[in-house]
Amino acid sequence: MVKLHAARPPPTPRLLSGARFMQGDHACAEGALAAGLDFFAGYPITPSTEVAERLSDRLPAVGGRFVQMEDELGSIAAIIGASAAGARSLTATSGPGFSLMMENIGLAAMMELPIVVVNVQRASPSTGLPTMVGQSDILQARWGSHGDYGVIAYCPDSPQECFDLTFEAFNAADRYRVPVFVLMDEVVGHMAERVVIPEPGILSIRVRKGPRQPPGKEPFLSYAPDDDLVPPIAHAGEGYKVHMTGLTHDERGYPITDAGVHHKLVTRLVDKVRKHADQILMTEEFMLDDADTVLLAIGCTSRSARHAVRMARAQGRHWGLLRPKTVWPFPSDRVRELAASGRVRQFVVPEISLGQLRREVERLTRMPVINITHAGGAMPTPEQILEAVES
Amino acid sequence: MSIPVEANISLVDKHPADDLLRADRFPHILCPGCGIGTVIHTYVRAIMESGVDPDRHVCVSGIGCSGRAAGYVNVDSYHATHGRALPFALGIALHKPDLVVTVISGDGDLTAIGGNHFIHAARRNINLNVICINNFNYGMTGGQTGPTSPKGARSPTAPDGNQDHPFILPHLAHAIGASFVSRWTVLHVRQFQEAVLRMMEKDGFCFTEVLAPCPTSFGRPNNFAQGLHEMEMYRDRCHIENGVSRMSDLQIDIMDPDWPIIVGNFVDVERGSYGEHA
Ligand SMILES: Cc1ncc(C[n+]2csc(CCOP(=O)(O)OP(=O)(O)O)c2C)c(N)n1
Ligand code: SF4
Ligand SMILES: [Mg+2]
Repeated sequence: MVKLHAARPPPTPRLLSGARFMQGDHACAEGALAAGLDFFAGYPITPSTEVAERLSDRLPAVGGRFVQMEDELGSIAAIIGASAAGARSLTATSGPGFSLMMENIGLAAMMELPIVVVNVQRASPSTGLPTMVGQSDILQARWGSHGDYGVIAYCPDSPQECFDLTFEAFNAADRYRVPVFVLMDEVVGHMAERVVIPEPGILSIRVRKGPRQPPGKEPFLSYAPDDDLVPPIAHAGEGYKVHMTGLTHDERGYPITDAGVHHKLVTRLVDKVRKHADQILMTEEFMLDDADTVLLAIGCTSRSARHAVRMARAQGRHWGLLRPKTVWPFPSDRVRELAASGRVRQFVVPEISLGQLRREVERLTRMPVINITHAGGAMPTPEQILEAVES
Repeated sequence: MSIPVEANISLVDKHPADDLLRADRFPHILCPGCGIGTVIHTYVRAIMESGVDPDRHVCVSGIGCSGRAAGYVNVDSYHATHGRALPFALGIALHKPDLVVTVISGDGDLTAIGGNHFIHAARRNINLNVICINNFNYGMTGGQTGPTSPKGARSPTAPDGNQDHPFILPHLAHAIGASFVSRWTVLHVRQFQEAVLRMMEKDGFCFTEVLAPCPTSFGRPNNFAQGLHEMEMYRDRCHIENGVSRMSDLQIDIMDPDWPIIVGNFVDVERGSYGEHA
């Protein structure tokens, strides 16, 4: 046996309980570990690399498997395969790698194999500004793979939320058997703040719903959904002899060339998220009760927006902030409700994108939407937000 | 149709391999004379002889006619995307190392679109058994040229004959570090099955190329209009040379009627499979 390194200090526990000063990327890795991460496969890319680097040390130390793959096509396929074998699995990437993963995100959706993909967004398109912030993968996260399917995407605004929402992402992936994204941004990924990780026994990990029949006797219908539209899952090696394919398939998982079966299957894939949106949605409301001007922002931009609200309030103006923690599903009902309240005059959407988030708000409100945009590399400041609204 | 039964022959209700085939999916989609069925049957026979509970066998395929193999075997089976069978299988094999994971896929799937995963899975010596069905073309999409198509072979994307040099797959597999490397054809069922069994019992990245007729897409424009023609060619031109000394001798030119095709088990070494030093 080859000894490569000198003896290390004793390994840290899986759950790093306590308060620590930590950057968002590391907090994200810790959230995954807290959620019971078994398998990570990834390919280095700024600004997400710290997620992988931390897990390369922490994950094997707690009995999990870390693999640095040859590219993102391999990374995403590997975590889907590991999920098929029952692993809670994760990859972390940024724009260019996220683009490469798109085909297989559709495979995960179609096979209904739970995966979590972290995308620490940077200024794009193409190679863009690799080290600088972006928020323009929002629509790609929703629609990037060909065809219709449902996904869930969380947008943390702080290292603490990188921990919390990555943890949540695994539970949601297993609950609904859909691809789940943690859409961070470079600012949130690289900023360091206090992160509090709970003591053991506080966080509850959701266990995947397994077959209610023993293996072997009756054939197991791996795609027969329960009333909640989600079928129980059997993993490789459990004796159920499952077949999974990206082809349109029947309840046995067998390929079938039939428009009716296709329609039913794909509708269910979409409805799994649509019909449970109420349970999945997470938002934060800040000073919204009497607001006539609603700021809607995500990730690092919501921090500017929150400050802008405080500044406006200090001037006696009635501003408030609606912050989607889940950008997908989008808090559409709440936005519509605010638009119809009679109180709200305008929406303000600051974002590091030339209007991806605005598009969503505009579509729902048919009200004036003031869009403060930057194509990437810089974020709108509170002052810019105030100025834009005034002018 | 009624089958005439001679007095001293009795019909059995069940084929011995039935439990390991998804018979409820038959008839299958493969063309008459196609070699892929023989590969599926050989894999199933190897499972039966492996002494490992079928519940611990897993089959992963990519996309293509060869990629349909996973859909017909009654073990946990996964039909991944085009080119991604290997990394998908890697995820399974690393998460559950007690499973015997076999990848069955086409020449295009494994060595064109999936070529990068092929070289890296072998380099890492991931514990996988890889059966590459080489039918010298992209069968499923209508016979276009692929990375193993012979020079001069005609196809819908090479109407004047292929200009590119084909891979010598066992040579490639050896160079990238595979622990076991062999080449057989669907005519050499016994030896092929032994090779698959050897892969199943051996740790690390194991690779077998199996030459198989694709009369529909490759055969027709290239003088092997029936599966049988290509089988006859294997019979006439294959030489068994286990442990061949020069891997470059494994080049195939099936268009040249005098060109010998070397088959055999070429490499069987211990490299320590992935993660052993962890
Ligand atoms: C990303 C992607 N590109 C292209 C295709 C179309 N396609 C399906 S099978 C195939 C080639 C299959 O060739 P091979 O792997 O040799 O398998 P065979 O059909 O010959 O057994 C292609 C190009 C696809 N399914 N996915
Ligand atoms: S097209 Fe070729 S490879 Fe595909 S089933 Fe027919 S004969 Fe076999
Ligand atoms: Mg082929």
